[in-house]
Amino acid sequence: MDEKPLFDGSFSVVGGGNYDNAGEVSTSIKTILKKMGLPGDVVRKVALVSYEAEINIVSYARKGMIRLRVVSDRIMIEAIDEGQGIPDIELAMQPGWSTANQKTREMGFGAGMGLCNIKSFSDTFHISSEVGKGTHLKIIINTNSSSLQ
Amino acid sequence: MDLESVIKVLNLKVRSGEDKLKTEVRGGYAGDLLSDVMANSKEGDLWITRQVHQNIVAVASLKEHAGIVLVQDSEPAKDTLEKAIKEGIPILVSELSGFEVTARIYNLLKKTD
Repeated sequence: MDEKPLFDGSFSVVGGGNYDNAGEVSTSIKTILKKMGLPGDVVRKVALVSYEAEINIVSYARKGMIRLRVVSDRIMIEAIDEGQGIPDIELAMQPGWSTANQKTREMGFGAGMGLCNIKSFSDTFHISSEVGKGTHLKIIINTNSSSLQ
Repeated sequence: MDLESVIKVLNLKVRSGEDKLKTEVRGGYAGDLLSDVMANSKEGDLWITRQVHQNIVAVASLKEHAGIVLVQDSEPAKDTLEKAIKEGIPILVSELSGFEVTARIYNLLKKTD
């Protein structure tokens, strides 16, 4: 990526099943994009993708980070966590597949839709993971370049 | 139809967002699975749920819902209410079941289409 980004920032996420501040990073990201004047449909997609990535870190990792980069024609979201990792990514991508515990499920999390939702709402989606180390998501959402002029 | 009108007709109790009652209610969504609500609900929806924990505020805020309706006299948790007040999200409480309140809201909005 050669172009100087219009925005480039990272946000840390507390994991360990601590839901106290879950959603705050994605809310901040949404606020930033709205202030930049991005179209509503793009902001909504980024909000959803950031939220699901954030909740996955909260639910399944020890800690993590979400990086947001905005350039003229696309938005890049990277979610990197330190945690248990995903042994079988193909299984994890199946709708409804979840390893969430009882407490998580009772709150309405852990429905097994997070990764599928991220993939559906992204233009490019890449996931890699190492058991015992963590998971890395790279997401690109294309924007209409005229909206950023 | 604005939120104030829905509140009056359905006798909903207002727990937060008293200054947001003129918000237009464009639709509704019933669900307790947060990923489902994030993916499938829309801006301007009234979200009907029995989840009372603080994370419902982030969802409603991200999706720009008109408000949250808690069913069967469920009350928001203390930190939920604090967050809702801070974020300006209306939380309303209905004595009715999810089935009943969803049906009534649906019919109300259909009449005004």
